[in-house]
Amino acid sequence: MISMTNITKVYDTGKIEVEALRGIDIEFERGDFISIMGPSGSGKSTLMNIMGCLDVPSSGTYVLDGEEVQGLHHNRLAEIRNEKIGFVFQNFNLLPYATARENVEMPMIFRGTTAGERRRRSSELLDLVMLGDRLDHKPGELSGGEMQRVAIARSLANAPAIILADEPTGNLDSGSGREILNLFHNLWKEGRTVIIITHDASIARESKRIVHMMDGRITPDGPVPA
Amino acid sequence: MKSIFLLRYYGRELKVQRKKIALTVAAIAWGTLSIVLLLAFGEGMKDQILRARKGLGEDLVIVWGGQTSLPYKGLPRGRPVRLSDEDIDLLRRRIPGIRRISGEYSRWGTPITHGAKSVSRHMVGVNPEFGLMRNWIAERGGRFFDREDMERKRRVVFLGSKLREELFGDRQAVGEQIVIDRMPFTVIGVMKEKLQMGMYSGPDVDKAAIPLTTMETLFAQRSYFGNFVYQPKDPEARKSVEREIYRVLGTKHQFDPTDESALSIWDAIESQKSMSNMMMGIQVFLGVIGGLTLLVAGVGVANIMYVTIKERTREIGIKMAIGAKPSNVMHQFLIESLLIAFVGGAVGLAVSAALVSVLQGIEIENEGLQFLGKPEISWEIGLITVCILGLIGTVAGLFPSRKASRINPAESLRYE
Repeated sequence: MISMTNITKVYDTGKIEVEALRGIDIEFERGDFISIMGPSGSGKSTLMNIMGCLDVPSSGTYVLDGEEVQGLHHNRLAEIRNEKIGFVFQNFNLLPYATARENVEMPMIFRGTTAGERRRRSSELLDLVMLGDRLDHKPGELSGGEMQRVAIARSLANAPAIILADEPTGNLDSGSGREILNLFHNLWKEGRTVIIITHDASIARESKRIVHMMDGRITPDGPVPA
Repeated sequence: MKSIFLLRYYGRELKVQRKKIALTVAAIAWGTLSIVLLLAFGEGMKDQILRARKGLGEDLVIVWGGQTSLPYKGLPRGRPVRLSDEDIDLLRRRIPGIRRISGEYSRWGTPITHGAKSVSRHMVGVNPEFGLMRNWIAERGGRFFDREDMERKRRVVFLGSKLREELFGDRQAVGEQIVIDRMPFTVIGVMKEKLQMGMYSGPDVDKAAIPLTTMETLFAQRSYFGNFVYQPKDPEARKSVEREIYRVLGTKHQFDPTDESALSIWDAIESQKSMSNMMMGIQVFLGVIGGLTLLVAGVGVANIMYVTIKERTREIGIKMAIGAKPSNVMHQFLIESLLIAFVGGAVGLAVSAALVSVLQGIEIENEGLQFLGKPEISWEIGLITVCILGLIGTVAGLFPSRKASRINPAESLRYE
């Protein structure tokens, strides 16, 4: 499903060049549940941005679902983000002036889904994440755990094959974090590919495969921590 | 519907920044007010001045007898050309291109008395066509003189509006007797008040007019008059009529038809055209001034768009992360920019319309200010304003919105 060959990413700040990724080779199959671990600055967020088509590699080949992505027009990248990938961020990144329902509907708006279908699906997804009674609340009226559940519901709006989560429990208490991880587990069991970026070993333990990164490179896969 | 959903969301985003945007909207409103009022005053002034030009009369040419500057058929140059009734009849018969024509006897400082009131004014002796040509329109209850007055050489007089006021105050003048140079005359009409721009013998409102035949019989010290006035049938063909006049009068008065000094001509039609062109120039100038004011407000719109886009960088990144294309982002900010421009414009237009409505109700007594006229908002002004607002909203929003659409999603999500 995801195949990256010799991916590099260099940030040119004007004065110096920063090599965030140095020749990444990696493949993920459909239905994988993967954690990408590494200390701060290891390049894991950069890798996720490229994987999620939020950024483009400086060199290398990235094939997503049979389509070579690195040279695509930004409109096509936007379509891929809309249809094939669901994002969940550490700081939730909900639209502050939209209700929970409207946040979930927004990806469907960009896809062109009809109003009736949007309404039905957003209710269904918010029920799935147990927020069926908070449809019309804005993010400012929700707790951290509730906001993250809205973000997960939003990530599922267009039924993407891949969920990319960057430190999804980083800003949550342990109880809320546990709930979120359970949700990811359930999504994986439904057949989705779930990729979580984390530096927390306890979260990595939840996945089936861990990819370690250090200084922009992938180090050999380690065993799942006990 | 998708558009309603998005518009509702954009509306909420704008509402959050309403204080910041309010100042920009006010600037656009002020700019709109400036351009609309300037154009409205320009329109009012143009109409008033054109109306005042018509106070002299429409499509007029005034001709004075001059002095020859060329010898002709053995006759020396320097001979005066004296115009009389015969010339008027001759021109009327020989030149079909003349629509109306009248000689004009002038008598300056004529003593005119009614009761205890006595004034000294300019009096003219003219024929009935003069009144039509020079817009000497009678107030209700009166009339200008006619063919019968001319044939019978009646002692009837037509008074200018200001002269009537001086002699009669608020009282009715038509039917009353006045004394002109110790001879009684009956007032048969009073001139409707008019603005007059362009004159060759003082304002018409101060004058008295009697039939030309009466003037010749009672007051004329000479057998010729100073000038005549005519209207060509086709104003565009007036130059050929002018050449014909030179030819006909040249034959009668024995001067070279090419001798321009033999007659002195004031083409009021040409003056009217120049005045119209000048007024158009003034209107364009006023429009440019107003447009520049609005442009400055447009810079304010662009500025606020740059600021809001910077503040909403993360939101832009979120939308892009969930599938918004660069064009979606660009459209949103263009719409916001246009919304600011049109809301401000609507406020400005409403205030302008209210102000113009109030100003139209104010009566202007001052003679100088009368030429300013009253402001008028036409549909053309409204259309021009709307187009300029649309242009400003588009241009002011275009560059910031393009910048927004080119934001890197990954970087924008890190923006604090």
